[in-house]
Amino acid sequence: MSSPLQIRGEVLDVKRAGSYFVISLTAPGIPEITRPGHFLNIGIGGEESSMLLRRSFAIHQVQMRGMYGGTLDIVVGVNGKGSQWLSERRRHDPLSIVGPLGRPFVLPKEKVSCVLVGGGYGSAPLFMLAEQLRERGCRVDVVLGAATEEKLFGTLDIKRLATTLTITTDDGSSGTQGRVTDVLPDIMDKSDSAVVYACGPMGMLSAVAAIASEKRAHSQCSVEESMACGIGVCMTCVLPVIGDDGVTRMVRSCVEGPVFRGDRVRWSDVGTVPADTWGAPVEGGH
Amino acid sequence: MTRAVFSPAGGTASEQRPDVDMSTSLGFLDLPAPVLTASGCAAAGRELDQFFDITELGGIVTKSVMLQPRSGRATPRMAETPSGMLNSIGLQGPGIDQFIEKDLAWLEQRGVRTIVSIAGSNVDEYSKLAQKLRNVPGIAGIEVNISCPNVENRGLVFACQPDSASSVIQAVRRFSDPKMPILAKLSPDVTDITEIAHAVVRAGATGISVMNTTLGMVINTDTMRPALAGVTGGLSGPAIRPIAVRCVWQIRKALPDVPILGMGGIRTGQDAFQFILAGASAVSVGTVVFNDPSAPIRIQHELAQQLADHGFSSLSDAVSFAHRSADVDLVDDVEEEFEIE
Repeated sequence: MSSPLQIRGEVLDVKRAGSYFVISLTAPGIPEITRPGHFLNIGIGGEESSMLLRRSFAIHQVQMRGMYGGTLDIVVGVNGKGSQWLSERRRHDPLSIVGPLGRPFVLPKEKVSCVLVGGGYGSAPLFMLAEQLRERGCRVDVVLGAATEEKLFGTLDIKRLATTLTITTDDGSSGTQGRVTDVLPDIMDKSDSAVVYACGPMGMLSAVAAIASEKRAHSQCSVEESMACGIGVCMTCVLPVIGDDGVTRMVRSCVEGPVFRGDRVRWSDVGTVPADTWGAPVEGGH
Repeated sequence: MTRAVFSPAGGTASEQRPDVDMSTSLGFLDLPAPVLTASGCAAAGRELDQFFDITELGGIVTKSVMLQPRSGRATPRMAETPSGMLNSIGLQGPGIDQFIEKDLAWLEQRGVRTIVSIAGSNVDEYSKLAQKLRNVPGIAGIEVNISCPNVENRGLVFACQPDSASSVIQAVRRFSDPKMPILAKLSPDVTDITEIAHAVVRAGATGISVMNTTLGMVINTDTMRPALAGVTGGLSGPAIRPIAVRCVWQIRKALPDVPILGMGGIRTGQDAFQFILAGASAVSVGTVVFNDPSAPIRIQHELAQQLADHGFSSLSDAVSFAHRSADVDLVDDVEEEFEIE
């Protein structure tokens, strides 16, 4: 695996997409080594900024060549001051970028049938994934869900990559009213899916992983945990994950994730340290 | 100033270097360069080595290791604050045996000057940690993190009382190689930090690391509960830098001959220069690493430039320079006047 780079990139374009912003940027050296599921860490507010922590974004698309060399796209949902600042960037603004980071999605060796599930702008990393799965000759069914129509991302663009596309919204403003997990079992049955890829909120990932296990399919879930460093040193973004040896450990989602096997994450225990975790507190706690 | 976050890893390396002797020492720990990583902000060096050559630093101070493996606390463990962050990790780590076998072995093989930070919940644990580290190759020094809660003493922090601070340092000193440099890492959350500094030096510390995070708290106004699962957390980053500079200053005044490793919110070489002038012989760089993974080496280069810009040919000449008497400035003024004439 190649090491992440720390580089200066430049904003090429900021486009609105429903509730989100798609930011295209130059990121010399990064597109060439990016795989689906990798993420970037972007510095906020320049070098004197009082916001010290970088924000993490899944890499949405990469373009290897072009007028500006390698470029890539990220999708930003504005939910705080940092993402607000990013959404206000304009062409030629500099950005401090570290990436690609994390463990990407694992791709199947054989031409199996795959379902890709995205919640909200969690669909962002699924585009590159769909492309590569199709190149391998895999069937790719896509399910995108969100609370409302404007919280969906990429429904038009992913159509050309998907064998089938199913949309759900909580309020029925687009597609089937309900959740992605309401339609997922049926889609898996029809397409005889062997692998489910998912990216979105924890609750959705947990439910998707459960359905995949029920149907004896492999699942690959990209988690969204709040991070401080993104490079593996701060121990902030941990969650309880069962290892190959059957032992649960508090594992860093930035370097050992963000993509985990769905059957290995202890979804209902996220946010806690289960009592049987390696090194868990005894008698009175830490 | 060099472009901070925008320069590629080690990007300043190719620029022309000022001719300043950057070697320093913390007691009998000689260092070719004065910038180290702060414990807990560099893990055991491997991750940062992807961004710059960590052997170019004064050293790596590893994340505090305990006797047993430790899961750490529940999440959320972190909250961003103005020019800083609050953390409550709970000393997650592999335990001393695995640390020696994997992390320390890697650091030694990589040729890194390693200061091992140790933490215990009682004095006996510190003794055992010191025993485990005795005769292990590849250790340049031990930093004793006495700023974690003392389980025996109703959750009080060792570094908050002179007697408990002193008993930990005595224990580590007793079970360590007599030639092993021992740095006591102090907490700013005390009435008089010089009292603690005196106590740890009497107990056998060869130097003082100042300072650890200061206790803070953030309430999440969405959930209307504490933002961290651990309720309170340690505040770090540039927001606390003036507190750290003050602590270094006070300890330098109280104990003129004790070497100080200064840290707390250092983001640039200019920040590091403040610590040197206040009395630190070397500095550690912590939270800024989360913002800029190559910050330690950048700051080391920037500090050399700061020293050169202020007319110092060696770092050691600048240590404690802010404490000089008023006469020194007078003499300088006179010389300048002559030059003008």
